[in-house]
This record gives sequence, structure tokens and C-alpha cells, in this order.
Amino acid sequence: MSELVVAGHPPVSLDPHAYMRKTRSGKIKTAASSKGGSAVKLTLFVLLGLTVYGFLTFDYKNIDLAKAIADTFSNIRVLFGQPRLTYSSFAGAMGALLTTFSLGALATVFGAVIALLGSLLCAKNLAHPVAANIIKSFVAFIRAVPTILWVLIFTVAAGLGSVAAVVGLTFHSAAFLIKAYAESIEEVDEGAIEALRACGAGFWPIVFQAVLPSSLSYMTAWTFLRFEINFTNALAVGAAAGAGGIGFDLWMAGSFYFDLRELGYITYIVVAAVILLEIIATKIKARVG
Amino acid sequence: MSDNQTSVFVKRKRSFTLVFLGACGLFLVSAAVTGYDVIAGFESVPKAAGWMAKNFIPNAQAWSRLPNILAKLTETALVSVAVTVCAAGCAFFFSLLGTKTTKVNPWIGRTVRIIAAFFRNVPDIVWAILLLFSFGQNILTGFFALFFATFGMLTRTFIETIDEVSASCIEALRATGATFLPTVFQGILPSSLPEIVSWVLYMIETNIRSATLIGVLTATGIGAMFDLYYKRMDYSSASLVVISIVVLVVAIEMISNQIRKVIM
Amino acid sequence: MAPILEFRHVSKIYNGATRALTDVSFSVEEGEFVSVIGPSGSGKSTILRCINRLVDATRGEIIFDGHDINRADKKEIRQIRKKTGMIFQHYNLVDRLSVVENVLHGRLGHKHTLTGAAGYYTEKEKENAFQILAKLGLTEQAYKRCDELSGGQKQRVGIARSLMQEPRLILCDEPIASLDPGSSKVIMDHLSVINKNMKITCIFNLHQVDVAVKYSQRIIGITLGKIVYDGPADQLTKAQIHEIYQSNEGELITDVR
Repeated sequence: MSELVVAGHPPVSLDPHAYMRKTRSGKIKTAASSKGGSAVKLTLFVLLGLTVYGFLTFDYKNIDLAKAIADTFSNIRVLFGQPRLTYSSFAGAMGALLTTFSLGALATVFGAVIALLGSLLCAKNLAHPVAANIIKSFVAFIRAVPTILWVLIFTVAAGLGSVAAVVGLTFHSAAFLIKAYAESIEEVDEGAIEALRACGAGFWPIVFQAVLPSSLSYMTAWTFLRFEINFTNALAVGAAAGAGGIGFDLWMAGSFYFDLRELGYITYIVVAAVILLEIIATKIKARVG
Repeated sequence: MSDNQTSVFVKRKRSFTLVFLGACGLFLVSAAVTGYDVIAGFESVPKAAGWMAKNFIPNAQAWSRLPNILAKLTETALVSVAVTVCAAGCAFFFSLLGTKTTKVNPWIGRTVRIIAAFFRNVPDIVWAILLLFSFGQNILTGFFALFFATFGMLTRTFIETIDEVSASCIEALRATGATFLPTVFQGILPSSLPEIVSWVLYMIETNIRSATLIGVLTATGIGAMFDLYYKRMDYSSASLVVISIVVLVVAIEMISNQIRKVIM
Repeated sequence: MAPILEFRHVSKIYNGATRALTDVSFSVEEGEFVSVIGPSGSGKSTILRCINRLVDATRGEIIFDGHDINRADKKEIRQIRKKTGMIFQHYNLVDRLSVVENVLHGRLGHKHTLTGAAGYYTEKEKENAFQILAKLGLTEQAYKRCDELSGGQKQRVGIARSLMQEPRLILCDEPIASLDPGSSKVIMDHLSVINKNMKITCIFNLHQVDVAVKYSQRIIGITLGKIVYDGPADQLTKAQIHEIYQSNEGELITDVR
């Protein structure tokens, strides 16, 4: 195929055989040797190994797996097939849903306000690097503690109720949003900030004229994502810490009344609410973005 | 100033005002519904901090429980890894059917996306409560509860990843006459694997926290251990549980970030 | 000699509403170098993708090498795709794989599903891939990952991949639209040489009229899914170019009058 050489371009005289890499058995290699590729393989290998090790060492307490799975399927059929309210009313469930929604909303609003200030203090392009690192480490610590544990801790200090639930949920929300907001702010065009700085603008004019307008749509998207997470967290907190709301109803139906049909009915309400929330969030995001 | 500029400023001012008013309104309504006491809320933070500084510190007795705590923590971590790996395997398979780029079959694709949405939107605590009926207080209760939620989440994410990262090379491979399996192994996997690994690492971290919560509900793993000490008012030991979880999660986050730096 | 490719009254309607092609008929002889030109959204890309069935035409017949592509089953589609290479505007390579691996992807249509999935290629195929890379001046890049290459180099990998198929026809979808003038010339020169010396038929979609006129023997001008010019490149007049790109708006205005 020497006829392929293009006139006007330097003739190709490199001998391909000189560049071929061979395996030990003399075959031509094809793969690129990259650090990333081997890291991916190693990571997958380790994760698979941990999974196998986990399955071999778990304490299954001699459970009859076949029976448990069969039972699960028949339970799922009752749960989703025959939903019925016995112990609570529809209006009551709706009230509880509103409570859970409000717990999530309060935590999101508080979290967003705290995060707005916090993120300005730790975004790389605005803040002092030392302060930024200190805040980021502190925030990583708060995020590492599961939400439910924050709520249980605050239950001791504030008593069982909405205060403990909201404050507990807020901790994790704020920490999550500080990281998300800071990343949005760090993506703001450096030139825009520099231009304002060159004009002699102070910190707050820069924030309001350059930073917030360009990162508002990202921030809104993150805030709504967090709202969705907070709603499910408020559900969980209601169930696990008895903080009220529809999560508590779920827990009562399942683990106190042992009523699959009631559990099913409430599940349908919860799922409908989650989907509705997602749709509304998408609509608002589209408008702001 | 031109009209155009004015309208940009007016629009910006209006959207800031709208966000501000919306947040205030939401706050007032929500506070009224839940009976939230703002002052008590603010007071609770220093109160809790003071209480934590006094009681929430591991003492000698707590340290003697460390081996037990670490055993449960290891169990919870292994559950999270196993759940995420199994769910990721299933999710990858389903995402191949769910993405529009492989053109497997539009009906199968739609069905897969609906199934994924179902599993994503049913909260994991519902699965946990449901599975308590058939599995009891068993490690598998938490495993399956997390599995369903993780599966739904990862299927959607993987479909998005494949649509975004692999669409162009899928088209090229189809144009050479390659069939489904070669397209998957030579095109989709090599192009999307780093993203997929990154998501798996993220889900492992998230699942450790979720496993703690589900452990409180189903009396298994590290969550149950915290609950036990907590209800016995053995706050020192409970604090050691929290510290060990924090160390584990932060360690996993740091390792994940290092891996991401190399593979992306 | 029978033409290698023939469009007979082909129409394509997307989602039952958007008309992309209306009653398109033309034929291409073996060894021809044809460029399809026309404004964005005129249906150029659809024509190319109908040939290897990445898009299914709604009506009409597309005869390739004696077979009606539009009525081909899965197996026959695969046969057609094996014989047609395709080059893309955005190269469509697997960025994280090596250059050689991407070139070898051209063999996937010829292999058994499982050997293809495993990425198992014969020594002869690999040797051949290296020879093709040498001709395209990419020997030194063979083991680099594709995301380390420049745009022009990536497109040459795309050409190598299609040559690996041993195609009878190469479809080039805006091959130089993302390249600088220098790399564009290299790519067009390579494709021109491939057409002349290897007797491979080439069908182009091009945005640049001057490039189309300089390189091709024949030009097909398309506006709003209809062929408005089909003839030798050197006979394309300024008025006709004007017609291909502008006249649809003029027509609309005259319609109103």
C-alpha cells in the first residue's frame, strides 16, 4: 500500500516494526500502558475482593434464605397490591406528610443560609487559603457523621421534637451545601472577579455583582437536590428517632401494627410526594437556569 | 445605560428578591406547621456543644469496647462495599438496556427506565421496614434495603454516563458492523469505566452513612451498636462509635479522591 | 457497469413530523469522489446515515452493491456496514484506548461476536493496522491514548479505522469541520489519495464549498431535503451555489408575493 503516501507531505519512512511492542510470547501488543487504566483495574479488583470476603464472613444467623425471599415477594405483592389505611386517616397521613415536608424545608433553608456564608469563606478564588482549608476540613468532619446520629445527639440537648430534628438535619445539609456552593463559586470565571477587583470593588460588590449572578443556577440545582435528600432524611429521622411526620407513621405501620397494607398505602403517598417534588424541582431549575 | 443592560439588572434584582421571599415564606409556613421554636433551635446548639464536651468523650470503659465497635464497623463497611458492587453490576447491565444509544429495543429501554425510577423513589427505609417482616433482624435486611435504593440510583446515573460519554463511539462501532457485545466491551466499557468507578466510590461512602441509619431501624451493624449505648445512656461509648464512623468515612473519602485523581 | 450506490425516491420523516429528505434520487459509480453540500439541517447528514442504516429511510429504495439496504435484515445490515467505512466530524474514537486499538475496531464487523468482545485480533490484523498507521504517518503515536492526540491526528486514526474495514465505500460526515486549515488539507489529501489509488468510492458531507469544488469530481447540492444540483464540480456556477444556500428564503418570499 505504498501508494498511500500523500504528495506534498513528508514521505513516511518510519518502519512500523521498529515501533511495535511485543509480549513475551512474541505477539504484538495493542493496549496503551497508562497509570489510569491500571488504577481502575486495581480498584475494581480490590472492591470485588472485599465483596467476596464480606459475603464469606457475614453472620447470617442461619437464615432460611429461600423462605425469606419467597416471603419478601409475597409481602411486596400485598404491600403494593392491596394498600389500605386502617390505623390512620387519609387526612392524618396528609398532615404527617406536610410535617415531614416542612422539616425538610426548614433544614434546607437554614442549611442554605449557613452554606451561603460558609461557601464565601472557603471558595478558593475568594477566601484566604488557610481559612478555606480549616473550614473545608471541619465541614468534611460534619458530613462524615450520619444525619441520624446528629438528630439523636440533639435529642438529648433539646428533647424529642421538631427542634432536634431540624437542627440535626441542618448540620448535614449545611455541610453538604457549603461544599457544593464552594465548588460552584470556584467555577465562576476568574476574569470577571479580577475585572471588578481592578475597578477597586470591595468583597461584597464582587460577591453580589460577579459571584452570585453567575453561580445562582448551579446553587439552585444543588439546593433542590438537597431538599429532595432532606425530605427522605426527614422521613428516616421520623422513623428512627420518633421525630414525627409520615416517617413515624411508616415505622408504626410496619413495626408496631405489623400492617403491610397500611405500610403500602403510606408508601404510595411518600413515593407520589417524592416524584412530585422532583418534577417541581426540575421546573424551577429550568426557570432559574 | 442601554435598555438591554437595565433589563439584565432588573431581572437579576427580581430573581434575587424572588428567591429571598420564597425562602422566607417557606420558612414561616414550615415553622408554623412543625411548631418549630426558633429561639429553642438557636439555644440548642451551644447547649448540645456543652453537653457533648462534658459527656461525649470516650473514657476508659469506652476504649475497652473498641474491639467490638471496630468489628461492627468493619461489618457495616463490608456491607456497604458488597451492596454497592452488586448493585453496580446489576445497574450496569440494566443501563445497557436502558440507554437509547445502544438501540436494543425502545420498549425494553422504557421499561428499564421506569423500573429504575421506581427503585430510586421508594425510600430505603420503606425497604428496610418491609424486609424486617421476612428477614428479621439480620444483616441481609440492611443489605437488600440498601441494594434496591442503590440499584435505582446507579442505573439512572450509568444511563446518563453512557449517553454522555459513550454515545459517539457507540455510533462509530455500530457503523463498522460491530454487534452488541463487542460494542459494549470495546466501546462502552473502556470509555465509561472511570466515571462508573467514581460513582461506585461515591455510593460506598454514602451507603456507609445510610447503613448506619438502617442499622438503627433494623438493629444490625454499627447503627444498632450506637443505638444500644445511646439508650443505655453510655454516651462515652456512643461517642467512640461516632468517632470511628467519622474516621472511616473521611478515610474512604480521601482514598476515593486520590483514586479519582489518577483515573479521570 | 452498474452503479455501486443508487438512491431511488428516498424520503425520510423524523418522528412522523420533521421532513428531512423528500424524494431524493441519485446514483454513484464505483470509484467516484462525490460531495454533498448544502446549508445546516438540509438533510446532508441523513443521506449519509441512510446508507449504512444508522438512520432508517421512511420511503424509497437505496441500492448498494445490488442489495436494497432499506429492506435489509439485521444480518444484511451488518454485511453492508462491514463494506462501508465512516468518518465523523468529532472523530468518534474511544478516547481512553490506544491508537492501535481504535484502528483495530475496524475489524469488529468481520469478527465473531465473542472474539470481538474479548478484543482478540490476529497477528496479521495487528500487522496490517501498523502498516496503515505508517501510511498515515501515525507510527510514533501507535501506543498513545487517543485523548493525547491533536484533532488532525485523531481524524487520521478515524481514517485508519475505516481502512481497516477494507471498505468499498467510505462515508465522510463533515470530516474537516472541526479542524484548522493545515490539518484539513492533510486529511483531504489523504482521502483523495485513498480514492484514487485504492479505488474506494468516497461520499462526503462538506460545509466548505471551495474544498468540495477543489477535491471532488461531482457535487450534489441539497436544500430542504431536496436535490437542487447534481453535476460535475467544475460546472457549478456562482448562481447555482447561491441557489443551494440562499434560494429557499427567496422562494419563500416569492411564494408570499
